[in-house]
Amino acid sequence: MSNSPSMTAPAVGKAGGASFTPGTPGAEMPQRRKLLLAATSAIGAVGAAAVAAPFVASWFPSERAKAAGAPVDIDIAAIEPGMLLRAEWRGQPVWVVRRTPEMLATLDTVKPRLADPDSKAAQQPDYAANATRSIKPEMLVLVGICTHLGCSPTDRLQPTEGWAGGFYCPCHGSVFDLAGRVFAGMPAPTNLVVPPYMYLNDTRLRIGEDSKGA
Amino acid sequence: MSRIIAAGQGLVDWVDERFPLVSTWKYHMSEYYAPKNFNFWYYFGSLAMIVLVLQIVTGIFLTMNYKPDALAAFGSVEYIMRDVSGGWFIRYMHSTGASMFFVVVYLHMMRALLYGSYRKPRELLWIFGCMIYLALMAEAFMGYLLPWGQMSYWGAQVIVNLFATVPVVGPELSVWIRGDFLVSDATLNRFFALHVIALPLVLVGLVFLHLVALHEVGSNNPDGIEIKKNKDPVTGKPVDGIPFFPYYIVKDLIGIVVFFIVFFAILFFGPEMGGYFLEYNNFLPADPLQTPAHIAPVWYFTPFYAMLRAVPAMFGSQFAGVAVMGAGVIILFFLPWLDKSPVKSIRYKGPIFRTALTIFVVSFLILGYLGVATTDVWGKMPEVLPIIGGVEVATIVSRILTVAYFAFFLAMPWYSRIDKCKPEPERLT
Amino acid sequence: MMKMAMIRNRAVAALAGLGALFTVFTAVAPAPAVAAGSNFPLQRAPVNLQDAVSLQRGAHLFVNYCMGCHSANYMRFNRLTDLGLTEEQIKEYLLFATDKVGSPMTIAMRPADAAEWMGKAPPDMTVIARSKRPDYIYTLLKSYYVDESRALGWNNLAYPNIGMPHPLWQLQGAPELKVEEKQSHGHAVQVKSIVAGERGMMTAVEYDRAVGDLVNYLVYMGEPWKVQSTRIGIIVMFFLAILLVFVYLLKFEFWRDIKH
Repeated sequence: MSNSPSMTAPAVGKAGGASFTPGTPGAEMPQRRKLLLAATSAIGAVGAAAVAAPFVASWFPSERAKAAGAPVDIDIAAIEPGMLLRAEWRGQPVWVVRRTPEMLATLDTVKPRLADPDSKAAQQPDYAANATRSIKPEMLVLVGICTHLGCSPTDRLQPTEGWAGGFYCPCHGSVFDLAGRVFAGMPAPTNLVVPPYMYLNDTRLRIGEDSKGA
Repeated sequence: MSRIIAAGQGLVDWVDERFPLVSTWKYHMSEYYAPKNFNFWYYFGSLAMIVLVLQIVTGIFLTMNYKPDALAAFGSVEYIMRDVSGGWFIRYMHSTGASMFFVVVYLHMMRALLYGSYRKPRELLWIFGCMIYLALMAEAFMGYLLPWGQMSYWGAQVIVNLFATVPVVGPELSVWIRGDFLVSDATLNRFFALHVIALPLVLVGLVFLHLVALHEVGSNNPDGIEIKKNKDPVTGKPVDGIPFFPYYIVKDLIGIVVFFIVFFAILFFGPEMGGYFLEYNNFLPADPLQTPAHIAPVWYFTPFYAMLRAVPAMFGSQFAGVAVMGAGVIILFFLPWLDKSPVKSIRYKGPIFRTALTIFVVSFLILGYLGVATTDVWGKMPEVLPIIGGVEVATIVSRILTVAYFAFFLAMPWYSRIDKCKPEPERLT
Repeated sequence: MMKMAMIRNRAVAALAGLGALFTVFTAVAPAPAVAAGSNFPLQRAPVNLQDAVSLQRGAHLFVNYCMGCHSANYMRFNRLTDLGLTEEQIKEYLLFATDKVGSPMTIAMRPADAAEWMGKAPPDMTVIARSKRPDYIYTLLKSYYVDESRALGWNNLAYPNIGMPHPLWQLQGAPELKVEEKQSHGHAVQVKSIVAGERGMMTAVEYDRAVGDLVNYLVYMGEPWKVQSTRIGIIVMFFLAILLVFVYLLKFEFWRDIKH
């Protein structure tokens, strides 16, 4: 502790040639100080980002959620023509329908009344963006959640008067055909979602994963 | 570039017409003059603030997955550590932060003892600090129940039962605190509420008051003299003061980085800290039917716990011990009026005070150790001795040290007056 | 300049002091008591979390010999990919047919039933190595001996009158207790030890290794992120060391303004 008598505060330093008073707006900072500030801030920002990363990551689905949301394998051998099987995938209902040739025939006839008959909107994987919205024409796989506000529509697979059959959402009355395509003028804006799926063999379907490893 | 600066200035002006932005900044930062001779001991205030922020942020993220439910709490902590991405890091930050909070707060308090930072005009500042310490103890105690391990459970059981020793209303009081006849789901839920909402609000409020009081009276320093006494006649600024911003901000950065090195070394390489930060038995789920063989509170409570155990039961009640333990904390509040020394800093205090402070610190540390250890850790006194024969050595030592702890405070008005102090300098050295 | 040097010296001294405190704190102060059954001297468990083969063998032993009664409810099977196993291998060698690879290592026995059958439900093993400590478990599993006076025929030197029968007897066989009278400071003392009895599937050396593998696995399972945590920790230390250099330079750059 030197007892130098010449103490003045806060002293104005003459560093780097430029006169500088800290805290004065617009005052020129010495070059070395500027560089050090920039470097320290940059390194500090990297550190802050690294610390923030696990906090951000913690909002993604946990291992438990991922395990619950893992692909589901289902046996489709027991589904009779014209019948619907409900499965659960990621907590959502998934429908698997084995459509009869008569049912498939209706898909063409309702086309003029649909909002998106050719499945232009990305509501299905590429391999299901076809006339039947499926890999094998008879097997329809859909997420049973209405694209309007998330209710689960009920199935009306048998034709009734004026309707060849399909799905009807009880919440706001949206109507879908036997490929999950929405009729024009309905509250639901888009067709029902086809989840990623693949055939493990002729009688086993895997929902939630396709050969691309989605 | 200049247009950006102009726009920024415009925004500052706009805000400043509606809110005291620039004046607040100046008052607390760029024109807050702190003595220029701060040393090592002066890092711990800002470090305590940093830890408080860390605890709040990590705590918020922990509540997103923690379940305050006796059946699910233990599992939800493991869920956070295993199934939530980054969860172990967040949880260990919180558990390490809890202990490190006490490390920095104890060192911060030590600084006040060394340099007399509790003396006039800083009495209220000191009292706010003591209240922060009390609130912090409550916060830590409630938080420790949440993992719902064996030590959580039995630690809470023992501490809550201390309230049962209060004369007359005691038994009812402890039942009221638990909300049940034993520590249970009801206790867990209310401790959770207090730990995540009530006490953090109190803590933040007290820290705010602590800072307001500090900036009103100004910081003390290792010389214990007032820099405000010596102002530049032209500028009116303290001659020995320097603006907190940028000088102490950049200096504190060093302390913060060093602190983080210690903090993250513990977090990544040994978060249990040899069983002191995370007690081994707390990895056993709470079992109301089986008490662990040895219960000790977490290390930061152990000096007071040792005092509790040192006091023998009187009139068939442990209340005396509880009262002594409570007094051990409360007596801190009176420190500003107990110290009659003509000088503040240890640098100019005489040999008596120096000795007293050394004995006090050593007593506190040994009491802390004895609070973790079992009472038979040092064996027993030989049977041949009168009175104390057969009593555990550790108990005798705890009693002596408890007396030393209190003597430091209670005898201070006397020994601080007769001490041979050196004259304080006119200016900072 | 003198002042600067002094500040520096003091900072170094302070750091050294902190470091010393830290060391003393961890090294000298004995760890808080562990809830072990007795004061039986413990043997050191060969824990090595880098040894994937040992951990895989340990996982196998755990699934086959422990999971009859003990769950590991917080550990998921697919986490064992940490040990270099593929999900297919986990399914094939470790999973029961009905389990999904993402499911936790639960057991079918309900705790309430178990408590009725065994007096006390066997504890969950997920973090058992964190509470009971590896050396204790290692010693325990090597201290079983045949004792006909016990209901299940087993006793344990490290945990007298233990409720759990020897879980690995098929591997170790039936070790026996040996009691020797020895003279110590003029007193006769009983020295108890375990000697080999009827042989099991393994030799003594193989058995020691198997128990070591199992304990190694239990340590891994208690903190499966430990290896990752150490690795990140080293990077963080390097990073902070660099940051320290910069903040140190920054501080002295600013403090050049202040005259002494």
